Amino acid sequence: MNKREFIKNLTGASLGVAALACIPESFAISVTPVIGNQVSRSKRTFPNVPVVTHEGKVVHFYDDLIKNKIVMINFTYTNCDGICPGMIANLKQVYKEFGARMGKDIFMYSISLQPEHDTPAVLKAFTELHKIKSGWTFLTGSKANIELLREHLGYKNSDPGLDKDNSQHLGVVKFGIESLERWGMAPALGDPKYLAEYIRWMEPNGSRPVLSEMMG
Amino acid sequence: MFKKIIKATSFSQQEKIVERYMKEVNDIQAAGISRRELFKMGLTAGVGGLTTIGGGVFLPNLAQAASSSTSIISPPCNKPWTEPLPIPKTAVSVGNFTGPEADKGQCLEKQNLYNPGNGPIGDYEDFIEARADEHQRWDELGGLAACTKYELMAKEIDWNFYSLAEYPAFNSKVWTYVDMNSDSNGEFATGVLRLKAQYGSPVLMRMYNGLPKGDRDTQGFGINQCSPHLHNAHNPPESDGGPMRFFDSGKWWDYWYPNIRAGFASTHKTGTFRTDTANPKGLWCPGDWQETQSTLWFHDHRMDFTAQNVYKGMASFYTLFSKDINLDTDDETIGLRLPSGKYDIPLLFTDKVFDQTGQMFFDTFNIDGILGDQQTVNFKIKPYLTVDRRKYRFRFLDAGPSRYIELSLSNAAKFTRIANCGNLLPKAQIVSSIRLGVAERADVIIDFSTYKPGTVIYLENRLEQLNGKGTTGKILASSSKTQLLKFIVSSATVVDNSASLATLQTQVMVPMPDRTKNPIKIKRKFDFGTSNGAWNVNGKFFNPTIVSAYPIEGSQEEWTLTSPGGWSHPVHIHHEEFEVINRNGKAPAIDDLSRKDVVRIGDGAQGTAGTSSITFRMQFRDWIGDYPMHCHNVVHEDHAMMIRFKIVPPTDPNAGK
Repeated sequence: MNKREFIKNLTGASLGVAALACIPESFAISVTPVIGNQVSRSKRTFPNVPVVTHEGKVVHFYDDLIKNKIVMINFTYTNCDGICPGMIANLKQVYKEFGARMGKDIFMYSISLQPEHDTPAVLKAFTELHKIKSGWTFLTGSKANIELLREHLGYKNSDPGLDKDNSQHLGVVKFGIESLERWGMAPALGDPKYLAEYIRWMEPNGSRPVLSEMMG
Repeated sequence: MFKKIIKATSFSQQEKIVERYMKEVNDIQAAGISRRELFKMGLTAGVGGLTTIGGGVFLPNLAQAASSSTSIISPPCNKPWTEPLPIPKTAVSVGNFTGPEADKGQCLEKQNLYNPGNGPIGDYEDFIEARADEHQRWDELGGLAACTKYELMAKEIDWNFYSLAEYPAFNSKVWTYVDMNSDSNGEFATGVLRLKAQYGSPVLMRMYNGLPKGDRDTQGFGINQCSPHLHNAHNPPESDGGPMRFFDSGKWWDYWYPNIRAGFASTHKTGTFRTDTANPKGLWCPGDWQETQSTLWFHDHRMDFTAQNVYKGMASFYTLFSKDINLDTDDETIGLRLPSGKYDIPLLFTDKVFDQTGQMFFDTFNIDGILGDQQTVNFKIKPYLTVDRRKYRFRFLDAGPSRYIELSLSNAAKFTRIANCGNLLPKAQIVSSIRLGVAERADVIIDFSTYKPGTVIYLENRLEQLNGKGTTGKILASSSKTQLLKFIVSSATVVDNSASLATLQTQVMVPMPDRTKNPIKIKRKFDFGTSNGAWNVNGKFFNPTIVSAYPIEGSQEEWTLTSPGGWSHPVHIHHEEFEVINRNGKAPAIDDLSRKDVVRIGDGAQGTAGTSSITFRMQFRDWIGDYPMHCHNVVHEDHAMMIRFKIVPPTDPNAGK
């Protein structure tokens, strides 16, 4: 047996009947070969997994929510009584900063850390309670898909103990202009005016820092 | 069953796994298994793209190498030591600017200039100056007439970090500073540039931003706005390159570097004299001569994007000489007689990850810190340097983004360390290894005269670091993995006019400045903490409108930094050098016994030990305005591990707050 045959046989062995049967349909997505261009980088960075909005709509994370948009992403859950209420209140201020642009070219996503509890109906009730308006979508999905998003978007705490504890979840907003592949992050409890400014500063024709406002 | 991922527990183990994995990849490629077959196996490796890994069970080593689904492994370097070390090229000053003349205030004239970043292939554009603030003390320090002028442009160049022999087609898109005068056509572009400056001769560096605009591919990271920070010159804020003072492609900024020693307008208004045997009456200079600096560097500092933009390549050297007082003269026949000219070589260490086409990869969603599996020296992986049989001065710089390094020589020879953090020491230290946190620097003398021609010595980094959070402090065994640069001793006989090694090891260089005449009136404490994964200082998140401290110009303060542990933070304070008073309540050890501008706190600060508290004294002299203090693990910095202080006159209502 030559080397090629050996490896081919190994492949066959690895892909035994049982293993083949276990490959889920969506598996193809995660093994898409990545080459050095934006499309492939985006596919690699943003899993295009199905998620469900608080309106009960099933959407694909990358294609429908991220691609060619300016976005703000955070993770939260409706039962959270730690930093989440403050975060939601603060992000509502950020929402106000952007005004009419929200839902037009800028979108905010809050992804549930307790998808098993936060059904679309629960999220819907939450958005009504907090008077969340269009352009800000709460998302849930299968536990596996939410975990995948959490991992890819850098919301896993490197301390495994802290990572298991939802109340210690990362209270940061990640923001970006997807078409330009510009991504930054800031504490979700930071000054809302500047959370909005950080995004505008990244825009080619956006505002720029006004130093006179920053001299204490 | 698809998530059977075995975490590697140590650097060396991880290396072995990667090695086995690469063998598997090579075997697969040699066996000619089709993409379709690979695809069915749950992985696609190598061919013209990133090595993407899914369904880890099929090839165990592959699964282990990818400790998470987002891991990437660079193409291996199988032909080490085939590329010469790139020597940073020295920028050449211009007699006059090609564009409008500079002035104290913003230049309001436009300059039509070719912007390589404009449009799909570059185009002419009307550049304007972005700077709005006037230069402080401009007229008093000679204004334009006193300036040596440089024209630099931040732009994208083609660069191969790997050996040309192994990967001839690799062509990384690097953003770097290019000297427009000597590099007009870009054919001599070196990745790392160097500016040589002299005390007493202010430099006016006109920096054009020619970074790619529009929808040009940026390889997934970086922003085309820049703020070159001259780390850690004693400069006014408008020329400091602070995080909020960034500007766009199509604009320029006149950075004015007065090259004058701290104290010149405050504690040492009448200047100071340095005496030596050649000048028994002393040579005079403005300010405190004991604040003389030597190895500085400039790098991008755009808020939230410092890590990405520096990783992209915007980092170069600024070596400041002190011929005016016959000290570090850039001439080995006079002054301290340090090895000079071609024997004075800056070395920039930075680690990177590459995709299979040789492009740099940066995970913009990483929050802990970025570690590269390929460590580079002056932007080359495992280069060699043929050295003459004489003394050299090497200027080490850890350019991060997150890795701590500990440098040593493979033959166990000791370094003669003459500077720490860019500052000449009171007297050389003879040390067998040197640890550097990100942005820390060390100047060393290595004497190759005693080695036989053909002798090979490796410069190594043996410090273990498993993730972006920081170093473990453990020293690894020497191996091909720890070797960064190969020295090959040549047979040529050369002149060495630098001082004898014995002199270099024993002569007095720059004694520590006398701080006793400036009493401490204010003490401050800054705790570098984290809550819900976001960095804070004293429990507060960074806010660009908040100024956290208002030191009075001319005063000295005592600051204590504390860290809860579990992390490593190299903390950098702009504006002046400081002196460490104690670490963990104890007298400082050798690494802290100098003027410094970066101090390591947290884990692995020294040895394997952590540091919970560090206290230093710092003066705030001569310039008015705002400067930041931040973690120089640039990933932490970009995630708001930063405060700002503002130096104010004693009459300011906030003075001392």
